[in-house]
Amino acid sequence: MKHRISDTKLHSKVYRGGKEDATQPYRVIRRGADDDANKGRRRKAAWYKDPMNVIITGVGGQGNVLASRVLAGMLVSAGYFVTIGETFGMSQRGGSVMSHLRISYESVLSPQISQGRADIIVGLEPAEALRVLTRYGNPGVVALINSRVVYPIGVITGELSYPSLAEIESIFKKMTAQSWLIDATITAVELGNPVLSNIVMIGALAKTALLPIDRRAFEKEIARSMAADKREINLRAFDAGAMMIENIVD
Amino acid sequence: MSKLLSPAGTSVLFMGNEAIARGALEAGLSVAAGYPGTPSSEIIESLAGVALERKLYVEWSVNEKVALEVAAAASFAGLRSMCVMKQNGVNVASDFLLHLTASGTRGGLVLVTCEDPGALSSVNEGESRYFARMLEIPLLEPSSFQEAIDLTKWAFELSEAIGNVVMLRSVTRMSHASGNVICGKLPAKFRRAKFDYDGPVMDSRTGPMISTPVVAKHALHQKKLKDVEALFEKSPFNCYVGPAKPQLLIITSSVCFLYAEEAIRMLNLQKRVGILKLSCTWPLPQKLLKKYLRLTDKIMIVEEVLPFLEENVKVLAAGMFKQIGDKEFYGKMDKTLPAVGELNPDLVAAALAKIMKVKYKSLPVAYTQELQKTATLIPVREMTFCPGCPHRASFWNIHNALQLDGREGFVCGDIGCYAMAALSPATGYHTMPTLHSMGSGTGLASGFAKLDVFGMDKPVLAVCGDSTFYHAVIPALINAQHNRADITFIVLDNSGTAMTGFQPHPGLTVSAMGESVPAVDIAGICKAIGANVAISDPFDLDETCKTLNSFVADKGSLNVLIMRQICALSPEKKGKKKYDVKVNETLCLGESCGCNRLCTRIFRCPALTWDRTKKKAVVDEVICAGCGVCYSICPQKAITRTEAIN
Repeated sequence: MKHRISDTKLHSKVYRGGKEDATQPYRVIRRGADDDANKGRRRKAAWYKDPMNVIITGVGGQGNVLASRVLAGMLVSAGYFVTIGETFGMSQRGGSVMSHLRISYESVLSPQISQGRADIIVGLEPAEALRVLTRYGNPGVVALINSRVVYPIGVITGELSYPSLAEIESIFKKMTAQSWLIDATITAVELGNPVLSNIVMIGALAKTALLPIDRRAFEKEIARSMAADKREINLRAFDAGAMMIENIVD
Repeated sequence: MSKLLSPAGTSVLFMGNEAIARGALEAGLSVAAGYPGTPSSEIIESLAGVALERKLYVEWSVNEKVALEVAAAASFAGLRSMCVMKQNGVNVASDFLLHLTASGTRGGLVLVTCEDPGALSSVNEGESRYFARMLEIPLLEPSSFQEAIDLTKWAFELSEAIGNVVMLRSVTRMSHASGNVICGKLPAKFRRAKFDYDGPVMDSRTGPMISTPVVAKHALHQKKLKDVEALFEKSPFNCYVGPAKPQLLIITSSVCFLYAEEAIRMLNLQKRVGILKLSCTWPLPQKLLKKYLRLTDKIMIVEEVLPFLEENVKVLAAGMFKQIGDKEFYGKMDKTLPAVGELNPDLVAAALAKIMKVKYKSLPVAYTQELQKTATLIPVREMTFCPGCPHRASFWNIHNALQLDGREGFVCGDIGCYAMAALSPATGYHTMPTLHSMGSGTGLASGFAKLDVFGMDKPVLAVCGDSTFYHAVIPALINAQHNRADITFIVLDNSGTAMTGFQPHPGLTVSAMGESVPAVDIAGICKAIGANVAISDPFDLDETCKTLNSFVADKGSLNVLIMRQICALSPEKKGKKKYDVKVNETLCLGESCGCNRLCTRIFRCPALTWDRTKKKAVVDEVICAGCGVCYSICPQKAITRTEAIN
């Protein structure tokens, strides 16, 4: 895996472009993002890619939106510009859902990622991860997939067929730079609630070190955004997810 | 503290809708009213959340027209107010809007419409920008999250400056997308309301708020729109990004600006293509357009959904032909860009590549072929009713009642999650052949029922949700009763505006701001109209079916059945199972049962799946909501349910 965002301590002074620079009206951009000092720092970080395109996908009800919010919150605190593109409403009723996250050092971007341009795919459901791969995949993409299947109605009725997990795994092996397939749902069920599988996946994502997020950032984020009585169980879910990746590495 | 009240200067991640709400707060908003509708709902929701602290009045109104009236009252009394709706809401509000724009307003009044190109969560991809032209009011379209704050704030100033409504249009990819913004200052909290009306009739500050004398006021209205155009000429919200001598000029607005930028970057055309981003799109600033149209002879217009900018820019270009010369236009009208659906960076890049004759960087051929092969393996995932959804049981009851009746009766549908009953994959027993605007199912049923004299003798049913009932159904129901339309009307009452996120409605005892309010009883209204009214729990299949059968068979009266069961996703119910449901494998006969897999082929609950190895039904306990309805449908009694311990 080559791309990685780090360098979280670059200065975070921002300004409203419209007031000071007529060519960039009304967009928050970083002062001096392109100045020489920063270029130097970025050159040193050879794995830096801007923007980093992350797609979180799953089935309505799996906690896609919460996962994208928590992840974005951590990255914003780390000083990045994050643009999230997602849709709510009827599309969530048992259908495929997707959140596009674009992480940039320089500015807010289009909320839709272009075809073939995902850097990281986080799949809360295997067929949905595959669906995103076919549209946004490229040879450099990495994928983290929850192996727990949610069958589409067409599969339940027998009109359609669902590829086997082995088949899905081999496709990801072949079509990505790196991939992890973990059963986050079982881990979440063991923790007491299948709904936690999205946070298990965030913990796993942190452990892959693809993004500048860690346990401390997660703790800070949930202290800000979650009710006090929910933090401990979410932290346990995060740790459990991290452990699953650690076990694979070992 | 709410994120919406972040101190000035702080950088936060805001959803477009939150940015619009923040902009309104920074402008000194006093009153906000709206009706829920994706993608607009979070604006009122987030304002309601800070209403007490900011001393605002925020309400979910019964429908969009009333919401605009509530907002206008505040404006007449000198307060800044906002009215929020989705695209089709503007149609509902438009009758009042026509008269309101003619009478003018006082305190800044901003009408926010959040539209849904591609109909991601709508049954239309309606476009409201034409209302701004038709009603001669200013139109603003934010193109980034920061601009959503600043443009909203400015919209109030603009409205006050011209004494008329300003329309602010967002789209799903702005309203529901999120990005970093920097908050501005929040003003002092309290403003006093005062409504003057004793002044001269033509004095918009002290006279009566009426549209007469119509022609004189219309002339004044048009003059003010000319003043707006002058302001737009100099506005920093309209800007040009690109080379001094571009080979192609893109004119764009809204989130399409971000797509256009991305497309230019993808194709490395920064030195050849310029973008004129307009955030003030009606009236169009003519001088500004003239300046940039002169730069090149190739113009592409990028917008969603209808060619509003394209048409209006072309009209202006024709008028200034002698000064700007001959132009070649690309856009929706010549099919360079698709005429329907939403845009994205890829569609814009494909159009750009074609015009500029450059290569679109693509993936290795072998890789693409492999992806295409993979795509064929992935099963389609249709939207469906959630596990535990009351609507699945309701439509099961309706289907069975109509089957028993045997006269091929049908249901006129309405807008809500239950609209999925019109999509065949949602259930194996769809019976809803019509689906239009809110309330129109009941009006259509009222009409169908009168076709018996022309030989159409079928039972006609109509359904609507609880929120829809108050919004637009009552007049249609009165019409049915008064004109003796023999219909069975069903209210699918799941105790909230479920599809848009459980906003309260007049049937509940809590307001948007969390205050205790009187509930308006659906059954009481129906009885007052003169209908026979019954209430049942759709999960009780026997009882509901019995009542429904008698209603469908009954001739000559208006029958109303309220099917009451709370939404499975509601905060009260979510995560709490009533029953633990299991399939007894020894009792399930699988394919050989003779029921044709009623549970998995017909009932179609996502939590009731089929074990291909054992060839038996199986409950997915992770997603099962524990409603226990499948227990009642299995002819073998192979599905068991036991009270769950929560």
